[in-house]
Amino acid sequence: MFHKILLASDGSEHAIRAAEKALTLADNNPKAIIEIVYVVDGATSKADILHNWNSVDVDHMRKEKLMITEHKMKRHHVNYKITILHGEPGPSIVKYANDNKVDICVIGSRGLNSLQEMVLGSVSHKVAKRAHCPVMIVK
Amino acid sequence: MNLSTIKQNWFSNIRGDILAGAVVALALIPEAIAFSIIAGVDPMVGLYASFCIAVVIAFTGGRPGMISAATGAMALVMGSLVADHGLEYLLAATILTGVIQIIMGIFKLAKYMKFVPRSVMIGFVNALAILIFTSQLEHFVGESWQMYAMVAGALAIIYIFPLFTKAVPSPLIAIIAITAVAVFTSSGVRTVGDMGELTQALPVFLLPDIPLNFETLSIIFPYAIALSVVGLLESFLTAQIVDDMTDTESNKNREAKGQGIANIVAGFFGGMAGCAMIGQSVINVKSGGRTRLSTLVAGVFLMLLILVFNDILIQIPMAALVGVMIMVSIGTFDWSSLRSLHLMPRTDALVMIVTVGTVVYTHNLSIGVLTGVLLSAIFFAAKISKVYVKAITVEGSAKKVYKITGQLFFASVTELVEQFDFKEKLEQVELDFTNAHIWDDSAVGAIDKIVLKYQENGTKVTVYGLNKESSLLVEKRAVYNKADAKIANH
Repeated sequence: MFHKILLASDGSEHAIRAAEKALTLADNNPKAIIEIVYVVDGATSKADILHNWNSVDVDHMRKEKLMITEHKMKRHHVNYKITILHGEPGPSIVKYANDNKVDICVIGSRGLNSLQEMVLGSVSHKVAKRAHCPVMIVK
Repeated sequence: MNLSTIKQNWFSNIRGDILAGAVVALALIPEAIAFSIIAGVDPMVGLYASFCIAVVIAFTGGRPGMISAATGAMALVMGSLVADHGLEYLLAATILTGVIQIIMGIFKLAKYMKFVPRSVMIGFVNALAILIFTSQLEHFVGESWQMYAMVAGALAIIYIFPLFTKAVPSPLIAIIAITAVAVFTSSGVRTVGDMGELTQALPVFLLPDIPLNFETLSIIFPYAIALSVVGLLESFLTAQIVDDMTDTESNKNREAKGQGIANIVAGFFGGMAGCAMIGQSVINVKSGGRTRLSTLVAGVFLMLLILVFNDILIQIPMAALVGVMIMVSIGTFDWSSLRSLHLMPRTDALVMIVTVGTVVYTHNLSIGVLTGVLLSAIFFAAKISKVYVKAITVEGSAKKVYKITGQLFFASVTELVEQFDFKEKLEQVELDFTNAHIWDDSAVGAIDKIVLKYQENGTKVTVYGLNKESSLLVEKRAVYNKADAKIANH
């Protein structure tokens, strides 16, 4: 059984589909906890600060991005925890997964657009390669 | 400051800081040279400034891990000063900028940053990006195809090289590659050496060679004010971004004072005024820089590079720098604001566009910011000046209750008074201010006017529901509740 499920999310459609799969894994397992991890990278930090002057607004906006995911968790009565990390998405998710010894990572196949993916490489690929646990890439 | 905070501020992340500092120093060289050229001074002025500011602010700044040096925003402001009066006046303006920034820091002006709306800040960075881009266009005038090819080549390297490794900043690779091409093909394109002198010397302490009189002050003071405002605005924005990226706090007033000291030192050592750099600070944090040590390493390493590679620096083709500057402008522009322009409130979008337009027209970021702040203040006043009056007729009697909702002040009183019909035959009128707030004399005057007009027609008026602040103001300033009240008293 997967008890500690890491769900990487940026609030995108891909991430929401990943959330549904994470819930499938957690359903009927009262011990399961879904750890929702949202990684804010440098460029996002810059844009978020520019568009929301004070840090209260920034926090609020980021929580809002994960709202749909959170609703799904609540509807399924699953334990969940939201963590917002700062840094490069791939390495940050890998580090969190390995440090916290999660049982499985669930991640959307892609959140970025195809050009960004070509330039930056896909986050899911990086996580699949370096995390010590099974990784589910949701299409 | 005790030993443990020194350790925390300087030596808690030695390896990451030294590496990141070195990366930043490499990335700083092309920018410092290019910003000097934007300001119209020798490349050494920007390089000395970057060295002095980075080293001093490492000790005096309020945001560890933030990189400050010669910047495009400042260079754009000082351009006309240099063109009209020369370098010595720029150095004097730089020192005065430092003094003003220290004063701003002492008076804790950082808290007034909240009055600069985000639409103005977005306009600020977008205008900055546009100006950096347009300032590069003159370098294309009358150039050969080789120069165009080099710019294209530099941009290709800058954007493709990171796919292979991010250990070395790609703009530096672009500079090295394009310089090598230019040297080996002896293509004869214009180089940094053609733009001004580069000396292989440490900066020395000098007093600016200017007459110390009122005329000088009247020339440099407006520039110093503009530089102070632009510098602190960009620094506070950068500090907030670094705060967010590192999940830590910064001391904005200490940063203002620190930047002031750094600019004074830069001015005395022949450097131009500078401030924090968003792009470089992001590079620093991403490369692992966290403490003051990273900023210090960036400055010192920059000076070493200047001393060692001086001969090569003068051979860098302008085409390569133009490529780097185009990248800087693309990186500075807030592209998400274009995507969300139609989603923004109309007035916010207008403020943003007017800020950009003003800057592009005046070439002065501080005028743009001022215009943007004023315009959004007017919009805000217009928005908040809406008052609603709801009239309720009490059945079976000649009595009406008016419920007033909104902020009552100079901009909203006309609208308020217009909503009353004084000709109506009524015995009694009640004014309910439970959902209103009275802010100034004009508002008190408006209440007087309403009450007295009704009284002239023999209608009895009662005022109630005023909150504490409002009733204090009314008690002090209103005449309707005093004996012999007449409209003429106003």
